[in-house]
Amino acid sequence: MPTKTVAGRSVEVTDEGFFENPDTWTEAMVPDLAKEEGIDELTDQHWMVLRFMRQEYQQKGQGPTVRVLGKTSGVSVKELYQLFPKGPAKVAAKIAGIPKPRGCI
Amino acid sequence: MAGSDGRRPSGEAGSRPRRGRSNAEAHRDPGGRDGGTLTANRLRRAYREDDVEITVVDQDGRHVYQPGLLFVPFGLAQPDDIVRPRERQLHSGITYRQAPIDNVDIESNTVRLEDATVLAYDVLIVATGSRLLPEETEGLTGPGWMEKVYTFYSLEGAAALAGSLARFDGGKLVVNVVDMPIKCPVAPLEFCFLADWYFHDRGIRDKVEITYVTPLDGAFTKPVASAALSELLAEKEVELVTEFNTGEVDGDAGRLVSYDEREVLFDLAVMIPLHGGAEYVGRSPGLGDEFDFVPADEHTLQSKAAPNVFVIGDASNLPASKAGSVTHFEGEVMVENVKRFLAGEPLDASYDGHANCFIETGFRKALLIDFNYETEPLSGHFPAGVGLPLLKESRLNHLGKLMFQWFYWHSLLPGRDIPGIKADMPLAGKSHGTKSVRTKS
Repeated sequence: MPTKTVAGRSVEVTDEGFFENPDTWTEAMVPDLAKEEGIDELTDQHWMVLRFMRQEYQQKGQGPTVRVLGKTSGVSVKELYQLFPKGPAKVAAKIAGIPKPRGCI
Repeated sequence: MAGSDGRRPSGEAGSRPRRGRSNAEAHRDPGGRDGGTLTANRLRRAYREDDVEITVVDQDGRHVYQPGLLFVPFGLAQPDDIVRPRERQLHSGITYRQAPIDNVDIESNTVRLEDATVLAYDVLIVATGSRLLPEETEGLTGPGWMEKVYTFYSLEGAAALAGSLARFDGGKLVVNVVDMPIKCPVAPLEFCFLADWYFHDRGIRDKVEITYVTPLDGAFTKPVASAALSELLAEKEVELVTEFNTGEVDGDAGRLVSYDEREVLFDLAVMIPLHGGAEYVGRSPGLGDEFDFVPADEHTLQSKAAPNVFVIGDASNLPASKAGSVTHFEGEVMVENVKRFLAGEPLDASYDGHANCFIETGFRKALLIDFNYETEPLSGHFPAGVGLPLLKESRLNHLGKLMFQWFYWHSLLPGRDIPGIKADMPLAGKSHGTKSVRTKS
């Protein structure tokens, strides 16, 4: 299992960089994780989305897709892409320390 | 069934079930495929008419064989071939109401129709399928809609696209899935394969660029099938564009624009629009999720909303494929669980997410995939060591797909089992890497 050090703590991650155990994540890790994804400055809207992701994961056991985020987070899909240009669901899940959103089949 | 008994047409609420037994009710709408019909028919066989009253409510009377929609644009099926009257698919002893539903009140166990009739139920089965939402994507139904931008996911769209394809003599053909979930997730790939065959047959394949544009990170969701299907796309010279989240369809300029500002140009776009559940689910407090699908237990099909509400087929939010085979396999568990619920017994948690899909690949060949919640589509044979080849093109699979239409009308909808095909996914015959799995199924 790959590990990496975030904000001074060693955490297990998947090959794609998603947290293996979401309980090892803390808000203090967010700035470092965001930088890795090319986001240097975190706005209130970023935090709103990240907290929403955590909450959804805690309630439903999985992170929301972009479509769910656009419908329920209070931030439109267009704005979500401005906040997380490389793909809101995946990138925000990575920064929020939750597993990769499950693709539908 | 209280209030909806055909022999008590006043439709008053509060009538009691006969002999003190409970009743089941199924609802479908035009998006619904098979779940309501096959469940109602299976339940009818399971109970005497004196014990349980069954009512099916549907807002239109046309039952479309949806797997046939794929063939209509290529002239391989005619619209009339794939449509039958709904009521005639139901066994006698089932009351059929053709009416739009306004909402369901899970507190009072009642269904309110748009004409204000109120039907009471002891068990409600939501079988409303999924609904196309093309208007939710910017520009999709704007300029060019049904002229150079089509969907084959509706009968009208498939028929109109047939005319447009016949006139198409070269250029960029783009097939785009806007976002998941969609009905029959392999159908857009099949469309690409059949288009390749169609233009080959017309002798103009070299003048047509076919591009498959998907929001997924590969041709399909599951790694083994995704790799096999990517290879097949490449073999057939279909370009694959992945992780494309369509934000806008610009019909005038002939371009798809993604949210991350990439563009794909087209002369003819075949779109698979966003899907949602039935509108009445959204008007029914506590019943559905943000897309009007009904959350349910993955293994028992009991809704999360209320213990006497069950969900079958595309109407649910289960992480199973939205495919007719899933509905068929769910049907067995559904009927068992309605029976157990009415008898006050613990539910059967045996639905395993089993899906079984033929994938037409053109030139009278097809692939077959078979999978469930836990096991991704693998190579090998179905249903056992000797059988149809899995994840491999063959003429036998193509014949299987053609034969399926007969089974659909004569076996699946009437709620009969298909010989040799069980609801649980078989492991025998499937290959994990180099090993063949030999398990009794």
